[in-house]
Amino acid sequence: MIKLRAKDISVIYHTLDGETEAIKNLNLDVKEGEFLCLVGPSGCGKSTFLNVIAGLVKPSSGKIFIDNEEITKPSNKIGYMFQRDYLFEWRTIYKNIVLGLEIQKRLNGDNLKMVEYMLQKYGLSSFKNYYPRQLSGGMRQRAALIRTLALNPDILLLDEPFAALDYQTRLAVSDDIYRIIKNEGKTVIMVTHDISEAVSLSDRVVVLSKRPARIKDILEIKFSIKDRTPIKVREAPEFKDYFNLIWKELDIHVE
Amino acid sequence: MLNENKIEYSKEHEIFLKNVKKRKALIIFTQILILVLFFAQWEITARLKIIDPFLVSQPTRMIKFLIKLYQNGELFRHIFVTCYETIIGFVLGTLIGTIFAVILWWWDFLSKVLEPYLVVLNALPKIALGPIIIFWVGNGRPAIIIIALMISLIVTIISVHAGFKEVDEDKIKLLKTFGATKFQILRYVVLPSSVPTIISALKINVGLSWVGVIVGEFLVAKEGLGFLIVFGGQVAQLDMVMLSIIILSIAAYIMYILVASLENKFLGWKN
Ligand SMILES: Nc1ncnc2c1ncn2[C@@H]1O[C@H](COP(=O)(O)OP(=O)(O)O)[C@@H](O)[C@H]1O
Ligand SMILES: [Mg+2]
Repeated sequence: MIKLRAKDISVIYHTLDGETEAIKNLNLDVKEGEFLCLVGPSGCGKSTFLNVIAGLVKPSSGKIFIDNEEITKPSNKIGYMFQRDYLFEWRTIYKNIVLGLEIQKRLNGDNLKMVEYMLQKYGLSSFKNYYPRQLSGGMRQRAALIRTLALNPDILLLDEPFAALDYQTRLAVSDDIYRIIKNEGKTVIMVTHDISEAVSLSDRVVVLSKRPARIKDILEIKFSIKDRTPIKVREAPEFKDYFNLIWKELDIHVE
Repeated sequence: MLNENKIEYSKEHEIFLKNVKKRKALIIFTQILILVLFFAQWEITARLKIIDPFLVSQPTRMIKFLIKLYQNGELFRHIFVTCYETIIGFVLGTLIGTIFAVILWWWDFLSKVLEPYLVVLNALPKIALGPIIIFWVGNGRPAIIIIALMISLIVTIISVHAGFKEVDEDKIKLLKTFGATKFQILRYVVLPSSVPTIISALKINVGLSWVGVIVGEFLVAKEGLGFLIVFGGQVAQLDMVMLSIIILSIAAYIMYILVASLENKFLGWKN
């Protein structure tokens, strides 16, 4: 089942300094329930691509389809999470988590019950009346995830969601979040610049070229070990092969 | 979370706390001492005829005048009138200024068009408009309040609008992913993130509003502290002038403290 289809997407940014071609004729199909990672050189147009899917940036040409329907503005089926958590300092954790529901006027019993359940399940219920600044980076990122999940989107867009965390927290939180997302059966498109992270989380890794972004290669990631978790697969024999393959594809030069 | 009542501190920490407290007490004591010394030397030098009490008044004379004012029931009327005008002035200045800032935020085109005009208006000494305002709205309280409001209005528009524009674009982007309308973006991000800017505008406006009210009273009033100051000057009653200035300082100080305490109330999440 194709959940999301990007068809011939091109994006050109126009500023007074000139125009920037960020994406060129990009085609991509994402299957339902798939965890897909996008890797590519920095500035190649990854965030732009997510913004197009989210309906925040209008492509210069091309179309996005979700469940075979074209979308042109932010859709309820999509949840977007950024590198920083953007929790509002003046709202408590709970008020932050229900922010999306409040805006969509969906603060009803069922949705709130779901929020309570997730708070409980993901270890934040005793912090719900705290302000964001009282929480650690990992907890804040989890709160941001619950805020996104509270809207019950089918597709999650994650733009380097762990990049702001320190290494250990990052491993723990990505493990956490991976379980949460798999639990909820979401389709995920995640941007990362961390190759190990991409290999450890994804079903497929899409390697993008330098700007303007085109697809350079798509790798299926499969592991021989049972019940895969992001931390476990780092031990798997295939791990470093995938890592090296992507490393080569990315063709990174230190200048 | 530390709970002060339950935790036993080490000896060293107790000494540290004690020293902090001691220092604070010493600061307050010195502040009061300066005040007392200042008034004491004023009284003494006046009595010894080193300074001329006719020109600079003297504390005991001011107290006598204070009692007189109090007894004929005028003291609180004057204080009340001036404070009332000031409060109306800075509250309206901040409120109307913020509303204009919202309008400018909403229509970026308008804000670009009006920019040079705002800069000119901001540079203009608003007091100069006093006579025109009196000519338009008459010789009374409305004129005073409008002068006070004028002084703070343009700065408020400019600074609050600048605050709105500094709001994190990504927070706005987040709301857009929720499908927020422009009004919701204003309500949920732009206004709340600008509360610190608005409160600091309020704090500045208190001071500006005092200036506006006193000048306004100089120009038109028949009551109020500004009126007492001009009137005292005209009838060569320096006791009246000095006393009014002192009352004015105290009132201004108290009002500033009250406005500043709003900060704690509205920015509780910061601590
Ligand atoms: N709003 C914008 N206006 C103009 N240029 C932009 C804008 N957003 C991004 N760009 C440019 O488009 C290119 C791709 O940006 P981005 O998608 O953020 O890259 P990535 O996320 O892969 O690092 C960059 O060269 C960037 O400078
Ligand atoms: Mg990016």
